[in-house]
Amino acid sequence: MDALIPLFVAIPLISAFLIVILGKLIKSFHRILAPLSLLALLILAIYVFTGLGNSSISYALGGWTGNGGKPLGIYMVLDGFSILMLCIINLIGLIALLYSLAYISKYTAESNYFALFCLIVAGMNGVVLSGDLFNLFVFLEVSVISSYALVAFGVGKTELEASFKYQVLGGLASMLILLAIALIYWQSKTLNIVDIRVFFDAGYNRSFYVFVQVLLIAGFGMKAAIIPFHAWLPDAHSSAPSPISAMLSGVLIKAVGIYVLIRLFFNLFVFSYEIAMILTSLGAISMVVGSLLAIIQWDLKRLLAYSSISQVGYVVMAFGMGILLLVRGNNEAAAILAIAGGLYHMINHAVFKGLLFLNAGSIEHRLDTRDLKKMGGLSRVMPVTYTTSFMASMSISGIPPFNGFFSKLIIIIAAINGRFYLLATLAVLVSIITLGYFLKFQRFAFFNKAAGQAVKKIKEVPFPMSFSMIFLAVLCLALSLLALPSVRETILSPAIDVLIQAELHSKTIIGM
Amino acid sequence: MIVYILCFVLFLVGLYGVITRRNLIKIAISLSVMEFSIFLILALIGYIDGGLAPIVDPGTPAQVYVDPLPQAMVLTAIVIGLATTAMLMAIAIRLYRKYKTFDIREINKLRG
Repeated sequence: MDALIPLFVAIPLISAFLIVILGKLIKSFHRILAPLSLLALLILAIYVFTGLGNSSISYALGGWTGNGGKPLGIYMVLDGFSILMLCIINLIGLIALLYSLAYISKYTAESNYFALFCLIVAGMNGVVLSGDLFNLFVFLEVSVISSYALVAFGVGKTELEASFKYQVLGGLASMLILLAIALIYWQSKTLNIVDIRVFFDAGYNRSFYVFVQVLLIAGFGMKAAIIPFHAWLPDAHSSAPSPISAMLSGVLIKAVGIYVLIRLFFNLFVFSYEIAMILTSLGAISMVVGSLLAIIQWDLKRLLAYSSISQVGYVVMAFGMGILLLVRGNNEAAAILAIAGGLYHMINHAVFKGLLFLNAGSIEHRLDTRDLKKMGGLSRVMPVTYTTSFMASMSISGIPPFNGFFSKLIIIIAAINGRFYLLATLAVLVSIITLGYFLKFQRFAFFNKAAGQAVKKIKEVPFPMSFSMIFLAVLCLALSLLALPSVRETILSPAIDVLIQAELHSKTIIGM
Repeated sequence: MIVYILCFVLFLVGLYGVITRRNLIKIAISLSVMEFSIFLILALIGYIDGGLAPIVDPGTPAQVYVDPLPQAMVLTAIVIGLATTAMLMAIAIRLYRKYKTFDIREINKLRG
């Protein structure tokens, strides 16, 4: 099965290449190849997921395997955590691509759009799979450079400005990351994540260690848009074409931001109390401030973008609490619960935030506006958009029986068990504020009759768009099943094991 | 030691430029300056005083070689830097066509 691993990067890369070359010559070539390659990736991810279980496998590029316990070449590592991310990336990617088939017709240069879309997926798959730091950086740049181009795809004034801002801040973050990688290599003379862990276990210079950790938090925090580093996100995510907003908010900030932060702080560095405190407080701050900024927005997509910051805060806070509890060492059950809650919320957020951006795209497609004040009365004329967005809104604000309720509940229970009463209260309060601004969205977009005089002629969106929205809405309900202990065991436990038993993880990789 | 400090000074020069300049092209140039300071650090990490180029010759063993891996990393990073700079310039040119200026004080439709 390990021979399948490089396909996750190769398939989207090759299709991007073919689309650029042949897309202009053969009519609607890109419309067939891009969804097919994403579908193949999704099937592959699910196939590997069912066969993987609790083990982790790795693939040595070019056959350069280790030499006496020391890894030599480039490894791609697939374990419980990365396969979970792969499933989310390729699922949301496929759905957003199906949606684009109808949505993208209003732009020119369609084939470039599909090629860039394949590249962004290739980059994210590579980040999730790569087993050493420098390749992680290379794949990260592949995905973010294509996202710069996709944000500017509309080439209007706001799109270009947002893209420029995104590039300057993103470039700054990439440099901090590269500097941290250089410093780590300087000390440990290796780039393999597992090997660096072995090196740090043997002992380290404390001031150097903390400096590198802070650089990495700043760099990847900027990619994940945690609150002091969030300035680019509302502009970039609201200016991009809607399926791309769904990709950026739904998976890109998780795959290149949160995933890497978690991977590094669980599997590369030894847990430390101070860093865990920093992560937890950054998460709590972005949770609260993001939701407070979201409630004052009148631009629908900016509201959703700020809400992304707030929900990402939940995830970071849950993982921070997990590390804090593991450092204290007296309450491992609560730590596992916190980490499970963080993972679960990350999956859920990808689904419902993707769906909400697709809804916003449908409204924009028919009304040509993102201003909530100019909408109204759409519940009659766009029933599919209305129903699915209602489900997503209820899901994100934590109303049972939707998935968001269960993941937030798990995080709050973990916080109470671990005696973080303040954080538990904040999580409940933010959930109520979230309900507030999504009710605002529902009222102004779908009811508000006064503004809705001219909506009689508006029709429901075409089939590919409504199909992808319905699919994600069903998934919002289906993911509630993950709250059942037996289902959680099979799906989330391998990922949690990889994270909390770093020594075991490194043994299985190096021991080949 | 002085070389590392000079690299850091170069980094700060770039950062100063990114923060204070008002011209899109100058911001892009400052970003490149920062980028190259980090490339220099990367190259310095692999440097060993008196080391040879790492071409292993079985005839003369026990030579001191410089570390080749950071050099490979710098080459890759330069290519990535080229892509980001090209992208940044493309966007800057498009912005100039829309606004007829490179001044960021006049390109302010969005507020964070």
